[in-house]
Amino acid sequence: MSDLTITALRFGFLILLWVLVFSIVSAMRRDLMVGRKAAAGTPTARQVRKNPELAEAPPQPLKQQAHQLVVTEGPLKGTTIPLAASPILLGRAQEATLVLEDDYASGRHARLFPQGSRWFIEDLGSTNGTYLADQQLTRALPVELGVPVRIGKTVIELRP
Amino acid sequence: MSQLSTIPKPRRNVELLLLILALSVGIGANMLVGVDQAKAFDSDFWFQSSLLAVAALVFHVVLRIRAKYADPVILPLVVALNGLGLAMIHRLDAPGEDTGNNQLRWTLIAMAVAIGVIWFLKDHRVLRRFTYISLAVSALLLILPLVPGISAGEILGARVWIRVGPMTFQPGEIAKITLAIFFAGYLSSNRDLILLAGRKIGPLQFPRFKDMGPMITAWLVSIGVLIFQRDLGSSVLFFGLFIVMIYVATSRISWVVIGLGLILGGGFVAAQVFSHVEVRIYGWLNAFSPDVYETGSRQVIEGLFGMANGGLVGTGLGQGRPDLVPFANSDMIIASIGEELGLIGLFAVVLMYVMLFTRGFRAALGTRDAFGKLLACGLSFAIALQCFVVIGGVTRLIPLTGLTTPFLAAGGSSLLANWIIVGLLLLISHTARGPVDTTPLPPGGAAEPAGIDTPTEAVKRA
Repeated sequence: MSDLTITALRFGFLILLWVLVFSIVSAMRRDLMVGRKAAAGTPTARQVRKNPELAEAPPQPLKQQAHQLVVTEGPLKGTTIPLAASPILLGRAQEATLVLEDDYASGRHARLFPQGSRWFIEDLGSTNGTYLADQQLTRALPVELGVPVRIGKTVIELRP
Repeated sequence: MSQLSTIPKPRRNVELLLLILALSVGIGANMLVGVDQAKAFDSDFWFQSSLLAVAALVFHVVLRIRAKYADPVILPLVVALNGLGLAMIHRLDAPGEDTGNNQLRWTLIAMAVAIGVIWFLKDHRVLRRFTYISLAVSALLLILPLVPGISAGEILGARVWIRVGPMTFQPGEIAKITLAIFFAGYLSSNRDLILLAGRKIGPLQFPRFKDMGPMITAWLVSIGVLIFQRDLGSSVLFFGLFIVMIYVATSRISWVVIGLGLILGGGFVAAQVFSHVEVRIYGWLNAFSPDVYETGSRQVIEGLFGMANGGLVGTGLGQGRPDLVPFANSDMIIASIGEELGLIGLFAVVLMYVMLFTRGFRAALGTRDAFGKLLACGLSFAIALQCFVVIGGVTRLIPLTGLTTPFLAAGGSSLLANWIIVGLLLLISHTARGPVDTTPLPPGGAAEPAGIDTPTEAVKRA
């Protein structure tokens, strides 16, 4: 084979390599952007018809925000803690935000954390469980204003 | 951990197009290799090319059936890299040597195993059940090369091979997958414990001592690998894998600080105590001095000369002399590619690795379960770290260590392990990109722990 052909093939192969690289980049361009909306693009009416879960959720009515945590029952009755942006650890351990003097509470019993505009309560594998409105927690659930959360003999509530 | 969603769309046709392009790269490379050696288009060439093409297309069809929503660019990327590696190894075979065909055999075996993973596993969350079993399996795999009778002894200064019939195998390659499964399972269950407890010193929050247990274990494992197997590369890989996964799980920079401190401390002590580490580092710093050249740094320096010879556009496939470098087809395959395809070709290869890595992380961002997120991050980071250690070693940025270049280098165990990783990444990306799966976990699977990742539900007021 002549030198010219071989040189042409040599450069042709390098071009082929980069054609592959650029085709792959353009194939993944669609979801390179970060951000929930940008990732998918705004779904068109047709896509929404085919995939109902893409439809915009109707805007939720603005919830009243919780600003303090109040202990309504138990040895610490009357204690209030202002809620800031940081999570709150409940339990008997000294590092807990609210140290419960309660024999039925575990060292690191439950965690109250903000997500979006709401507060969630999550059991941290306690021995006796955490109850939100008399239902034992099996996963993190949002805590609404005025709903009692029971840990051992202690009951807490969120107040505006 | 956040989550990005896309419109569920299979995009398998895009994959088919890219796959054809990737195959033309692999087969074109194989053809060019032969052009100058007057053995192009012999029956061997057609046989090899058609086997690779058939295997890739079968893989594609399996994805169409079993993982319809899997990421469309992962398979073409891997096939292109593997094809390029096959061509390069075939080209470097001296007359009489048969590494090329052996590599092709291993490629087919590895692809079959990856297809098996996709076909039978179906859902990566099943692996979570095997969290502690995979820790035991990793320990077993790492100890195997030290057991007399099974061990293949010390090859090239490292004890990482075992003998399986007529072949040798590196169990450590599989151990990186099982370790990633263990770390992902352990961290996704215990993330909150590690996150919340601990005291703050300055800007860093340090974990409690008992939460450091797995970290210390990981450190001991990597130091053990370094001392008993004399394998610096795997040691760095295992520890790096753990640090990244715990950082991804907790987003605490303190873990990275502690981890880097441990690895620097351990590395410093190792360099003082073990002669082989010290020789490596000395040979790296003084690579060009004549006394080191003869005993240690010849490989790296010849590789550098080779890449310099290749320059910007390379000498052309089959027209350079990469065979002058010792281990040109395994440890130094990046130098061989740099010589024959030049900087332009080498950068295309590096970019393909970067894209593979980003796709792995994209799958991690998209998937909904914490275990899958951690597993995808860990596995794709393992590939990235391996590339960094190898390419950094070949270009003398860091000391050369015995890790393999994923998909390119000759070696069956590495190919097998990396194809399994690809199978797992494809499965995870399938759940990440597919429509929301509302079916419950497969029976017997561990329940998802309560966490901010679980979709929240509205509760009825009593």
